This record gives sequence, C-alpha cells and structure tokens, in this order.
Amino acid sequence: MIKSNCTLTFEKNPPDSITVSVSGEIDHHAAVSLRRDTDAVLWDYAPKKLTIDMSGIEFMDSSGLGFIMGRYDVMRKLGGVLFIRDPSPCVEKMLKLTGFDRRVTVIKNSKERQSV
Amino acid sequence: MPRTKGKNNSRHPGRPPLSPVTNELKLSFPSLSVNEGFARAALGAFLAQLDPTPTELVDLKCALSEAVTNCIVHAYSDGIGTVKLSVSLRADRTVIIEVRDLGRGIPDVAQAREPLYTTDAAGERSGMGFTVMESFSDKLSVVSKPGHGTTVKMIKRLSERKKL
Repeated sequence: MIKSNCTLTFEKNPPDSITVSVSGEIDHHAAVSLRRDTDAVLWDYAPKKLTIDMSGIEFMDSSGLGFIMGRYDVMRKLGGVLFIRDPSPCVEKMLKLTGFDRRVTVIKNSKERQSV
Repeated sequence: MPRTKGKNNSRHPGRPPLSPVTNELKLSFPSLSVNEGFARAALGAFLAQLDPTPTELVDLKCALSEAVTNCIVHAYSDGIGTVKLSVSLRADRTVIIEVRDLGRGIPDVAQAREPLYTTDAAGERSGMGFTVMESFSDKLSVVSKPGHGTTVKMIKRLSERKKL
C-alpha cells in the first residue's frame, strides 16, 4: 500500500464515545484506508457517539463527503450518532457547497480555533 | 479546408477571439489512486506562475481531483488505463484543464452530472463529483462515448493580481 498524505488518530472518551481526528488530505486514495481504519475502531468499540475532528484537513474533495456519509450510516447501524467537529475552511466549503452541512451535525469552536 | 494554426474562435464566429495560449502542460499517467495527489501537486506547481489566490488554487485542485478520481473509479473500474491531463494558460489568465480517458464512457452524461447520482454507492462515492467541478470552474463540459472514453474540460479565468 502506498502511503497517503492523511493521518488518523483516535481517542476513547468513556463510557461510550470516540473521537477520530483526521488531518492532511482526504481524496479517494486516502479515503480507502481512512474508512478501513475508522470502521475497525467503530466495530470494535461500538460507540454511541462518534466525533470526527476535521480541524487538521488541508484538502478534501467529494471523497471526504463519501467518507462522512459512510460513517453516518455505520453509526446509524450501531444505534449511535455522528458529529463533525471544527471543520477546516476547505471542509466547511465542501459541506456547504453540497448541502451536506444540513445532513450532519457540525460542532464549531469546540476549542480555540487557529486563525483561518 | 486548410487547418489554421493555433486555436481561434472560427467555430463560433460571433464571439470575440480567444486570448492566445501562453503556456501548456501535458501529462499522462496510469489510473492509480496515488496519482490523484500527484495530479493536484503538478497543477499547483504549474499554476504558480499565475500567482492564483489560495482559494482559486484549492478550488481548481479540488475540481481536478474529482475529474481524475472519476477516471480511476469509473472509467477504468476494471483495471488500469491511461489518464491524460492537459492544462493550458491563456494571456487573459484563463486556465483550461482537460482530463481525458479511454475508459468505458458515460451512457447518460446529463444523469451523471446530477447531484448525488452515483453508480458506486458501495464504494462510498458521494455523487457530488460533477457538482464540485461545476461549482469550482466557470464552465464545465463533458463529452463521452460509451466504450471509447470521456473528456472533461474545465475553464476558469483567474482574478487579476495587483502588480507589486
């Protein structure tokens, strides 16, 4: 597997929530491993709440939207909910442009935002 | 009829002549997903000479990423084929990006361009690729012939930059 320009870290927030932080570039190439790694964690812990922190995303195309909607479906199957936290400007633009900001819950300014 | 050298607007007689091409990039690469990032980086490096705004640059990279991804995911879904990218710059700061494949083609282009339409829901495609390309360019044209391939052309005129 060729390395992608995208990194993922996750953090358990007991009792039943998980935060996944994604940074770098999300394109179709990166989305494949991003999806696999995130789902491994989700099926393992079956959280009731998944927060995807997207403050560190420098580039995202519509593959990122596919990734978000895919996790939305997984969380629904698990009987849980999905939140998108602190989308970076490029993520926010994509969410707005495609109307996805009305389909997922976006939490902003959860911590001190870096200057845009 | 003799072929005229260079591109003029002879096909559209009513329109003003096109600004001359000042630079051109041609690349071809196999439809490997790792080349999505390569194509974006190459576009960014080539456009640097026009000093685009950060927003213009990200928008065009995003539009290109969608076009290249379509070649990889859809045109050559059964294997690896060649993706041809050409970028032309015109004197009036117009950028023309053309992405061409010789893949399976799109039977119904109008349907494919509709938001949320996808033939690959299992692959978690959002169905927003053409919508993104359309939003991030001034003009998008898609020409496709099933069994022969697809050519996507995006045209965007960059804003004037103040001379320092």
